[in-house]
Amino acid sequence: MNYQTEDLAAGIRKLASEVGDVTIMEVCGTHTQNIRRFGIPSLLPGNIRLVSGPGCPVCVTSQEDIAAAVFAAGRENVIFVCFGDMMRVPCRAGSLEKLRQAGRDVRLATSPLDALKIAKENPRKEIVYFGIGFETTAPHTAALVEAAERTGTGNLSILNVHKTMPEAIRYLLRGENQISALLCPGHVASVTGSDAFSFVASELQRPAAVSGFEAFEILAAILKLLDMIRKKDPQCVNMYPQAVTREGNRQAQELMDKIFKPCDAVWRGIGCIPGSGLAFRECYAGYDAKKRFDIPHQETEEPEKCLCAKILKGEKNPEDCVFFGKECTPDNPVGPCMVSSEGSCAACYRYRP
Amino acid sequence: MEDCITLEHGSGGAKYRELVEKVFLPAYSNEYINPLNDSAILSGAGKIAMTTDSFVVRPLFFPGGDIGSLAVSGTVNDLAVSGAIPRYLSVGMIIEAGLKIETLQKITASIARTAKTAGVSIVTGDTKVIEKQEEESGIYINTAGVGIFDEGRIPPSQKIETGDRIIISGCMAAHGMAVMNEREHLGFQPPIQSDAAPLGELISAVLRNDANIVHAMRDPTRGGVAATLCEWAGADTDILIRDADLPVRPDVSAACRLLGLDPLYIANEGIILLAVSESSVYSVLKDLQSREDGKNSRVIGEVIQGSGNVAAETLLGSVRKIRMPRGELLPRIC
Repeated sequence: MNYQTEDLAAGIRKLASEVGDVTIMEVCGTHTQNIRRFGIPSLLPGNIRLVSGPGCPVCVTSQEDIAAAVFAAGRENVIFVCFGDMMRVPCRAGSLEKLRQAGRDVRLATSPLDALKIAKENPRKEIVYFGIGFETTAPHTAALVEAAERTGTGNLSILNVHKTMPEAIRYLLRGENQISALLCPGHVASVTGSDAFSFVASELQRPAAVSGFEAFEILAAILKLLDMIRKKDPQCVNMYPQAVTREGNRQAQELMDKIFKPCDAVWRGIGCIPGSGLAFRECYAGYDAKKRFDIPHQETEEPEKCLCAKILKGEKNPEDCVFFGKECTPDNPVGPCMVSSEGSCAACYRYRP
Repeated sequence: MEDCITLEHGSGGAKYRELVEKVFLPAYSNEYINPLNDSAILSGAGKIAMTTDSFVVRPLFFPGGDIGSLAVSGTVNDLAVSGAIPRYLSVGMIIEAGLKIETLQKITASIARTAKTAGVSIVTGDTKVIEKQEEESGIYINTAGVGIFDEGRIPPSQKIETGDRIIISGCMAAHGMAVMNEREHLGFQPPIQSDAAPLGELISAVLRNDANIVHAMRDPTRGGVAATLCEWAGADTDILIRDADLPVRPDVSAACRLLGLDPLYIANEGIILLAVSESSVYSVLKDLQSREDGKNSRVIGEVIQGSGNVAAETLLGSVRKIRMPRGELLPRIC
């Protein structure tokens, strides 16, 4: 262990002995991955628990939205473009990966602008780009729309399922729950600004720390959260100043605001969270793939008995859910806790006796 | 001959004969295949090893190899890790109509070249032609491989034992990243080179030394090193590896980090994993490292008492679990 992580781990151990049981939620897929990659839980004392919140936009994409994607991608003249991690997510209507294996033209993108390139190279085809992600990727989709307008690229549309973080956090952490503090997503905050998370402290009375993604950055943020818990002084602190400012990336925010407006959104396993989605503004409605392809509204209610929302907050365990291990398995998941390989339910399923 | 393969080439008549005599025979030429009998008559008594594999990779050509070289080295390696000396290969091809004959010649030449390097003979083959399935005509290759055993050479039991050390013979993840870069047009420059290579001689260098006690050997192809280790960990053994000791080329490592992929899970076609007794570690390493294709060999972990878990000690000294991979490995963005 290098001196930074050694010191930070020692600091965490000392503070942990003074604070009782603590549950810290993170809400970012990259935090989830890196916490596992660096083995962070093995460095923490037993009373400090990390839980993975709904920070993976892939995992919280509703079954209806995946069904819409499968519908669009299955159309004869369509080239469907999406990020790799979205391909495998299953829903009752199938998955994009299964369509790809069956020979439909579903292509991997590493940038939304890949879709523009594909559209130009295939003027007789319709290109549909699957716009998923939070505030980190929404500005890029907005840039794609702007570029399509500027270049007159008419054979491109976006299946827009972008979501935003603050309302989802507000919704989940309102009222009584076991979450002591929030590890805030560094990439989202680089766009929104750290001030966008100040409500966690001021309204929800919980410490919040915007964190980077290296091991020492995550440990430093955890240390800061424990310190605020010990002092009973919840603040929102920016622990990632090299990438995040209080006001964020104004240009990205303006671009998002130009193309999108807030709307309600359905989160897989949780249900409708008011104001947590992004919809096209009227003047850009022509880029909306749902309208262009007249995608049928497939009534796919998130099952009432799915306990993901409570499991995400640490209130219930996976075994408490009636679907766990029966209708809900990694191959056939109901909610995000099972979709994500790092989700509580997926982890529990893997290690069940 | 025409430019492209047609259905007629697969119908067993004059056009088929022309293909065999002008493309395949000149490339493979040996005493077994030249008579063009229905079966090749081979020599060798005692125990034999046999394996089969099919190759459907797209694109057909990628930096560092092609479907032909992959077909030979993949089959040879499956025989070699079982402790056999690879000797004979069959090559069955299913070709989509429209494939350029020039492409077929390139692939055939690559098969012949790789077979020569590996010291194996292509002794029999078959060719069928079908309608093309996608926009670009492709080819699918099935091989069967036969190997013999040297007297006195004990093939590995393929069961790891507590106390064994895990050795890797080279850098990880090159093949999977090379093919992904080509297929998905990711644009990494310079293009990542596959590590596909026949490893029969590398393995012979280890097995012919009586001092080397090898309990298990595998070439970690699909699913990467992680899949092999997860398959090896048994009812009463765990495997613990160290991230600091895992060899990865800088260009492969950079591509993996950018795409959010773990090199442990990416396919390899030119390295082997060995589980060897603690007493023979240095001897095995010496034999591997004395060769160009084994110069990056090192110990990456050990087998301890346990119950089937695989874990890695990270650079921080923390521990992360290594699980059996599921599904296709795709780049992630979040």
